[in-house]
Amino acid sequence: MPSSAELDFNAPQPTEAGDKPAGPPPFESWGRYPEYNAELKQLHWQGDYPRAIDGVHHGALAVGMGRSYGDVCLLKDGTLVQTTSMNRLLDFDPATGLLTAEAGITLAQILDFAVPRGYFLPVTPGTKYVTLGGAIANDIHGKNHHHAGTFGRHVTQFELVRSNGERMHCSPSSNPDYFGATIAGMGLTGVITWAQLRLKPIVSRMIDYQGIQFHGIDEFLDLTRQAENIEYTVSWVDVTSTGKNFCRGIFMQGDHSQVPAPLKVSGKPKLTFPVELPGFALNGATVGAFNSVFFNKQMKKRVSALQDYEPFFYPLDAVLKWNRMYGKRGLLQFQYAIPWEHAREGTIAVLQAVAKSGLASFLAVLKAFGDVPSPGMMSFPKPGITLALDFPIKPEKSFALFDRLAEMTNEFGGRLYPAKDARMTAAQFQAFYPQWEKFARYKDPALTSGFWERVVGGQMGVRGVGK
Amino acid sequence: MSTEVKLPLEEEQPLALRTPRADEAGVGEVAAEQTHGPRRILVLGATSGIAEACIRLWANRGDALYLVARNEDKLAVVAADARTRGASHIGSAVANLDDTNAHPEVLAHAINSLGGLDVAFLALGVLGEQPEAEKNFAAADQILHTNFVAPVSLLTWLANYAAQRHAGTLAVLSSVAGERGRKSNYVYGSSKAGLTAFVDGLRNRIDRDGVRVMTIKPGPVKTAMTEGMKGSGKFADVEAVAASLVKAIDRGDDVVYVPGIWRVIMAVIRAIPERVFKKMNL
Repeated sequence: MPSSAELDFNAPQPTEAGDKPAGPPPFESWGRYPEYNAELKQLHWQGDYPRAIDGVHHGALAVGMGRSYGDVCLLKDGTLVQTTSMNRLLDFDPATGLLTAEAGITLAQILDFAVPRGYFLPVTPGTKYVTLGGAIANDIHGKNHHHAGTFGRHVTQFELVRSNGERMHCSPSSNPDYFGATIAGMGLTGVITWAQLRLKPIVSRMIDYQGIQFHGIDEFLDLTRQAENIEYTVSWVDVTSTGKNFCRGIFMQGDHSQVPAPLKVSGKPKLTFPVELPGFALNGATVGAFNSVFFNKQMKKRVSALQDYEPFFYPLDAVLKWNRMYGKRGLLQFQYAIPWEHAREGTIAVLQAVAKSGLASFLAVLKAFGDVPSPGMMSFPKPGITLALDFPIKPEKSFALFDRLAEMTNEFGGRLYPAKDARMTAAQFQAFYPQWEKFARYKDPALTSGFWERVVGGQMGVRGVGK
Repeated sequence: MSTEVKLPLEEEQPLALRTPRADEAGVGEVAAEQTHGPRRILVLGATSGIAEACIRLWANRGDALYLVARNEDKLAVVAADARTRGASHIGSAVANLDDTNAHPEVLAHAINSLGGLDVAFLALGVLGEQPEAEKNFAAADQILHTNFVAPVSLLTWLANYAAQRHAGTLAVLSSVAGERGRKSNYVYGSSKAGLTAFVDGLRNRIDRDGVRVMTIKPGPVKTAMTEGMKGSGKFADVEAVAASLVKAIDRGDDVVYVPGIWRVIMAVIRAIPERVFKKMNL
């Protein structure tokens, strides 16, 4: 006979293997570090905010899918209001591609709607499981940064709700200062309830793809120049190899196919990373082996293919919860943008430091940013080279390496990406983003984040300011 | 009441409805799931979590929708979403369905707007506050009125309309909570028990007239209504529930448990002897 617990209508259903034990699960960022407890509330309707944070005294923050890596989407002991239930489509003009939707809609949901109608996202990051609001708040970029700039450039207008209840219509001509502060504003200027985005027409789901092997930074730079007219470019780089294989990688480029083909909706991913791997699973030897296999999987110098957009843009989305690969302690992301002036030497120096450290990084991504400006005041990309790495968290070793790389980034005149950061110091942040004080004028007094408290908090005394 | 008058079958008449937007554009296969012409669907309680998830699926395939809900702002965004997805027709009315006197007018408007009726989906309901309802009859009365009395009024009108025309599906959202009273929510449960009995009886009466009457019994589903309930993180996903409901409504099943496992769970719960059950903490 079933126990009474099984009969409790309100009791949890059988849990998946690997899930954390009972108790309200803390909202996690994708890196699963740092781990902060917070109250989590859902916004179902645009009118739910700011009522949802009535009486909150330890700060609040709107969050979406929790796909940023560090603490921009966390708030220790604060109140998180999650927007993912607020995900309605509000309007679409099939002639212009202008789509209006509530801010909690994901890019995956937008694609499911838009692709069959012959439209695509103007800019997409490496995962489609982020919200529209999150894409604006972090002013995300993609493989077409050198053509299209950041996501914020394609946002035509949105509504920003302040904690005092004021509803502001923001566009380049209406409240332009709040428009600029909210794009890349890390969710700190208010809560975006809806936004309008200009989609891009396509005639096929397919991408004309080419993968080209390169050895060394100069070959990478040559390929970047040759690919100037190609819309999407990105490179995977092997950071574990030294000597003649130092900075070898695969340069991946593609354009939307111009051959009309059926515009079907994508299938749903079926794989979920089943368990948390133990901390020792990812080490220099296993990652080195993976990198060797990955590099040599492409036997030829150059490979061409017609590839569906899913594996081209979202190879990792095929396995849900892949961050479990990094175990309970999680992973640390590191992404810099170093301006052209020091891009070559900076990238070599950082890659050397990583190779020497012996710390494994699977997902090392190298790309040249273009010079298309963003409307976002605090936007991360700038013309030059960007490198993204991730490391399993091994407190002593990975933090020391990270801190060293952050300092090198600073010396080379670069900056780090808040959406992928859990470590930069207040001094580094303020050097990377000297406009931060101007930005702080637009910040909502009731909103803050783990990130903001870390890089500015003490100075501004923002914490504890209720509504 | 019964009548000998037989009106022509409305569903045999061609529909003068817009085709879905994607078909007009000549691209894509948005309406690929649709196996018949657009359905004319009336949704009562259109801003409830389960109703909204179904509305999205119906809109995706180009069905004609008429939405009724109490809150104007919420109704407006649900309707905008359905229109954007490609519903071939959208009508809506802001109405408090607790007011049973207004029902004939609301329903007549809806059917005029849709040009007939293939499906009526009754999703109105409140969870209420059990502790409050134990102390205060007015709170219990409110739950019983919204969850039982109001649907009975709507179904009385709709059943007669559909039976006269020998067509249509009346899909009614009840709950597994109506299968056995338990201390944590027996007021809500009894309202749903009453509704289940009424709908089952109605099916017995008009199924033979060609009207499909459906008793839908969801287990706990992750929606705004159940937010904050113990274990709500593990409740069924509303999109999956809606996908099975839309299929079940297309088929016109009699009694639907969603997720299906609740048919088994409730069979077990009903089988527990009362002398044991009364001592359990449920």
